[in-house]
Amino acid sequence: MTIGLYGPYGGRYVPETLVPALDELDEGWREAWADDAFRRELDELGREYAGRPTPLTLAERFAPGKRLYLKREDLLHTGAHKLNNALGQAVLARRLGKERIVAETGAGQHGVATATVCARFGFDCVVYMGSEDMRRQHPNVERMELLGAEVRPVEFGTRTLKEATSEAIRDWITNVETTHYLIGSCVGPHPYPEIVRELQSVIGLEAREQFLEAEGRLPDAVVACVGGGSNAIGIFAGFVDEANVRLIGVEARDAASLGDGRPGVLHGARSSLLADEDGQVLDAHSISAGLDYPGVGPEHAFLRDSGRATYVSATDDQAVAAFKRLAATEGIVPALEPAHALARAAEVDAELVLVCLSGRGDKDLDEVLRR
Amino acid sequence: MAGAETPELAQSAVESGADLIEIGFPFSDPLADGPVIRAAAERALAEGMRTERCLECLAATRALVDIPLVPMTYSSLLEARGYVRFEEEARSAGATSLIVADLPIEAEPGLRRVQLVAPTTPAERLRLAAERTDGWLYLVSVTGTTGTRDSLSSQALDLVARARDATNVPLLLGFGISTPEQAAEAAAHADGVVVGSRAVQVAEEGPAALHDYVQSLRTAIDSATTSPSRR
Repeated sequence: MTIGLYGPYGGRYVPETLVPALDELDEGWREAWADDAFRRELDELGREYAGRPTPLTLAERFAPGKRLYLKREDLLHTGAHKLNNALGQAVLARRLGKERIVAETGAGQHGVATATVCARFGFDCVVYMGSEDMRRQHPNVERMELLGAEVRPVEFGTRTLKEATSEAIRDWITNVETTHYLIGSCVGPHPYPEIVRELQSVIGLEAREQFLEAEGRLPDAVVACVGGGSNAIGIFAGFVDEANVRLIGVEARDAASLGDGRPGVLHGARSSLLADEDGQVLDAHSISAGLDYPGVGPEHAFLRDSGRATYVSATDDQAVAAFKRLAATEGIVPALEPAHALARAAEVDAELVLVCLSGRGDKDLDEVLRR
Repeated sequence: MAGAETPELAQSAVESGADLIEIGFPFSDPLADGPVIRAAAERALAEGMRTERCLECLAATRALVDIPLVPMTYSSLLEARGYVRFEEEARSAGATSLIVADLPIEAEPGLRRVQLVAPTTPAERLRLAAERTDGWLYLVSVTGTTGTRDSLSSQALDLVARARDATNVPLLLGFGISTPEQAAEAAAHADGVVVGSRAVQVAEEGPAALHDYVQSLRTAIDSATTSPSRR
């Protein structure tokens, strides 16, 4: 396989039915991304619909003794960075003449973002969600339904993001002529990891400008949580070429595809996975539905191997402690996913730290308060 | 799906007229499979059917039957074992070839396997698949996953016609074929018929039920292919 590779990772491992659709998507994406009108439309939607640029907030009480800044994707419309990708792919799907969109969701943030853009652009929308995730993220199910999406429960296997992703791909295989699969993270077969990275790179490019303006220099370290890895790959995109800026990804301790994984194939790409020695994918476990995934984007596996980024992990308890501390010290309730990044960012040995606050925590209040 | 009963089931299918048997090596996340095969894979994994035991099951089946045996699986199993080692071990356990449901035509050119083509496959990829395939070409009759359908799709017949134009290799039509009537209709156009989900369901009732089911398919196919309407 020679396309869409990040070192030995990435590629396309899909049933033949999908290959022509991926070729069409790849060509359509390349044309769109090179088209000024497409880029202008995305900029305008970002500004006038989504609320870009999102602010950079100094968190002095959360991290005394450091200059720790939060990139506030929690303030983006719908409450998470997922909208950057959903808007871009919706405009792309319209260009490709598709009338129906399918997506998977874990925490529900990508499902809400997808339902939102489908309402905005008039697409039929089906979101697959594990029944376990529907239980723990119930407010997001209600939001998606209000926005006109059909939420289909996935009742087998882990009943979480892994199975929801498989079902979304099976739907796409079945309805490939009319349907765009709006994948939510930088995973999946080529060209998806690249599309999602480019659409999320706005986080890093904005943050870089804002950080230079605030501090007159670049941060020492950039920290982001990693499930599939889309907010991390987006914020890293602004700094990956700056060798002096450390890039740190934070996984959930029992869903550490990079920390504990081995090479394998899941959902159309070769990457680092939680899998056994026979290639069977293992269950991940995390309090945070958005990090509860045994795979990770292939570019992260490559950044790990090359040493350009390092990946650490945080436990459920550490994430919950950071969740509560940010609320108490800064008046900001983060989602449990970026709470993992916050948990490790405070101890990074660096003065100037940038953390991607990828989403807000309203959806997680029940889960945290129940503990 | 590979399991303790596979050798006996295979023998029963051969006695009632099967010409080839696909043996599923289960994978945890089978993207090309619908509910029946997915659930069968889940059960097989719960019973411990990992690669080593699947290979033993293949060898035990080979000891009982002479027809082609073809493991069908997903690339994650081959990645884990190494493509070369997996193929060597499967062939020495008695595999005639392999089917890897999520490995596109151009991937892993060193791995000899039965290639799959679908209604969405354009002509040039059809030709490439036919060139690279190992023995016969697997025509996926629908844009969709494995599982029973009410009728044979018009897509299926169109795909057979396009594949005939592209190649002389034998064409076997599968996905969505479950009844003797569908098998007969498919066999009137293609060189063979692959039945998966329904066969897996019937096999759960034991060798006698599978024997009767395969015989009903055999009879329907034979009458369709000896009738003058065959193209």
